[in-house]
Amino acid sequence: MAFCHAEQVALEGLGMIADQRDPEAFRAALRGWLTENCPAEMRDGARGEDGICWGGKRWAFTSEAQKTWLDRMAAEGLTTPTWPVEVGGAGLDRAREKIFHEEMAALNARSPLQSFGIWMLGPALLKFGSEAQKQTYLPPITRGEIRWCQGYSEPGAGSDLASVQTKCEDMGDHYLVNGQKIWTSYADKADWIFALVRTDRDASKHNGISFLLIDMATEGVTTRPIRLISGASVFCETFFDNVKVPKENVVGEVNRGWDIAKYLLTHEREMISGGAAGLTGGRALGAVLAQATPDGKLTDAVLRAEAMACEIDSLAVGLTLERYKDQAESGRGVGDASAMLKYTGTELNKRRHELLMAVAGSDALDWDGVHQGLPADWLRTKANSIEGGTSEVMLSIISRRVLGLPG
Amino acid sequence: MANLVTTEDETMLADAVRGFLDRAAPVSAFRALRDAGKTHDTALWLQMAEMGWAGVLVPEAAGGADMGHAAAGILAREMGKTLVVSPFLSTAVIAATALRQVSDARAMAALAEIAKGQLTYALALDETAKFDPEGTQLTATKVGNGYQLDGRKGFVVDGGSADRLLVLARGDQGLTLFDLPADRDGINRTARNMIDSRDATDIRFDAVQATGDDILGVVDDAMTVLRPALEAGQAALAAEMTGTAIAAFDMTLSYLKDRKQFGALIGSFQALQHRAAHLWSEIEVTSSAIINAGRMLDQDPDNATLAVSLAKARAGQTAKLAVIEGVQMHGGIGMTDAFDIGFYMKRAWVAAEWLGDYSYHAEHVARLRGF
Repeated sequence: MAFCHAEQVALEGLGMIADQRDPEAFRAALRGWLTENCPAEMRDGARGEDGICWGGKRWAFTSEAQKTWLDRMAAEGLTTPTWPVEVGGAGLDRAREKIFHEEMAALNARSPLQSFGIWMLGPALLKFGSEAQKQTYLPPITRGEIRWCQGYSEPGAGSDLASVQTKCEDMGDHYLVNGQKIWTSYADKADWIFALVRTDRDASKHNGISFLLIDMATEGVTTRPIRLISGASVFCETFFDNVKVPKENVVGEVNRGWDIAKYLLTHEREMISGGAAGLTGGRALGAVLAQATPDGKLTDAVLRAEAMACEIDSLAVGLTLERYKDQAESGRGVGDASAMLKYTGTELNKRRHELLMAVAGSDALDWDGVHQGLPADWLRTKANSIEGGTSEVMLSIISRRVLGLPG
Repeated sequence: MANLVTTEDETMLADAVRGFLDRAAPVSAFRALRDAGKTHDTALWLQMAEMGWAGVLVPEAAGGADMGHAAAGILAREMGKTLVVSPFLSTAVIAATALRQVSDARAMAALAEIAKGQLTYALALDETAKFDPEGTQLTATKVGNGYQLDGRKGFVVDGGSADRLLVLARGDQGLTLFDLPADRDGINRTARNMIDSRDATDIRFDAVQATGDDILGVVDDAMTVLRPALEAGQAALAAEMTGTAIAAFDMTLSYLKDRKQFGALIGSFQALQHRAAHLWSEIEVTSSAIINAGRMLDQDPDNATLAVSLAKARAGQTAKLAVIEGVQMHGGIGMTDAFDIGFYMKRAWVAAEWLGDYSYHAEHVARLRGF
């Protein structure tokens, strides 16, 4: 049973259905639909890395339920609840999006699909893409058919991202791309990459960058996973060796790619801080406690004090994220304050995982121990305050752009 | 979850409050009061009452403005920015909220007097150096048809000037909240010489006689009335502290843009920039907790405990950080009495202690979150 046919949602998007269906009626309808359609196996909440469905041409579903859940949610536009109905979303406004997340959490339902297409490319195309690009690229993202990765950093362009050197030459009927990207998350599993490339070597460094979409199956694209301290290899090196790219694959104007990059960095910061806040609910600590102590209570006074402090800060950071989302929805935007969200969220997440390691003691010092995946998760959090702009870059953005301190 | 964005009405309220306080109660007014050895400004309170601030939580039926806790928080925040001295928290927030829980004819009459600025209250609760309502030892002994109160209260904020006292006392069966005139026989008040130059008073109760009419709410059940009042006070105090933090931060930021050393503005040094940015982030995060507490008290008061303790805990930490960094970044001048930043430090410390310190509220959060 469908609870929100595309037609109804389209009307909602226009505000015409508001009188007939108040948010609470929407909540009831959504709850009914979710209860009926979410497979039991998908009701185990936000799990670690292995519970995520990333989608893509090469995706191997871990269970039939994972595929069913993805297909049913995608059919309702709920893999991308806030995207317009025309490109495969559900067109939910902020109030309904909140309700959606609350109802998903109430059911302890897994997210049906996560991807850089949803988080990053989608928002960029919705804002800067042509109609043809939106129609071509967005619907397959919502259905989990195409998996995207992000080609930003290079060996010589980390915190100083605008120094990207990957060369993109205009060959008349196509572009020719040569260069190297690094820290490309899941490049070895992705179908397409959106990349920052240099289209004008003579312009100032911010003015010669373009935002280019490249099919990873094109001849000349190779990837090499990088083994990380967590033992995982989610990040890759990606090489472009005389890669031919159609000219219509530039998003926005040629040489204006930095505008899109900046916009997306804002998104990325909110996402990273949101992910961090999401991990900070009572559950993560509770699960470790249940393993680590006989009654699930913390008796060590020092650890308990740190746990309380972490909990307080987690709740407050979570509220701040909500407040800024509300503000963005009301049209006032978030802007450079996203640097604050990113800074506070990621530093907190690191601290929280240090606490979890301390609570778990020597049991957490074993890759295969009872706290499944905790050592790897803890080590992974160390990247939170590096990727998407380091904490120090965030503080500099705040001090210059928000506080107006002299450069 | 409530929408946490400040509404247009709230912004207008804040602007109006700021406008008045900048004229009537800037920090220089607090300094003048301190220099004169005074801890109260009755004329200022009457002006605030005229504008409806004393009745911000008083029902319209009793002549109040009944604007709710989010609005009270905005008033408190703006007062905190210029260290305003007034009975706002003790009277307009804590006592008004307690009286509203009862709402009988006597309570409504008291609320009407509060709204007019004609009646002030203080909360006599602490007995040791730490906030601990459940640990109350002051005794209420049944004598005939009445009660006799014996014991002492300390750190009674605004206790020196208040017309009436809300007194938490222990009887045979539990805690009872008394509402007594401050000049009743057997009540002896001793002013303390506080670091923030405000009124805090130690009070002795020697065979103080009370009747059933002096009880606010029901005997042996103080918390039904007191808990909402405490939470309202804690949320508004948290808002006030956040105002104090914001103002201390703004002063410091101005100084970073003005003071030169080594031939450059000190605000151009990355070591200071990053500390300023961190402090700003902390204030932003705390502000969310403040807004949330006000919204929860207005929309779901029976379930606001977590939100309130979160706000009070965060606000105390943030205000302390703001004044510590403020003094340090001001350098030597920050240590002088002639400069205002020291006032902010002393106010922050007193406010962080009042109505429960960080540990007290962190413990609340921990229990409510199940560990």
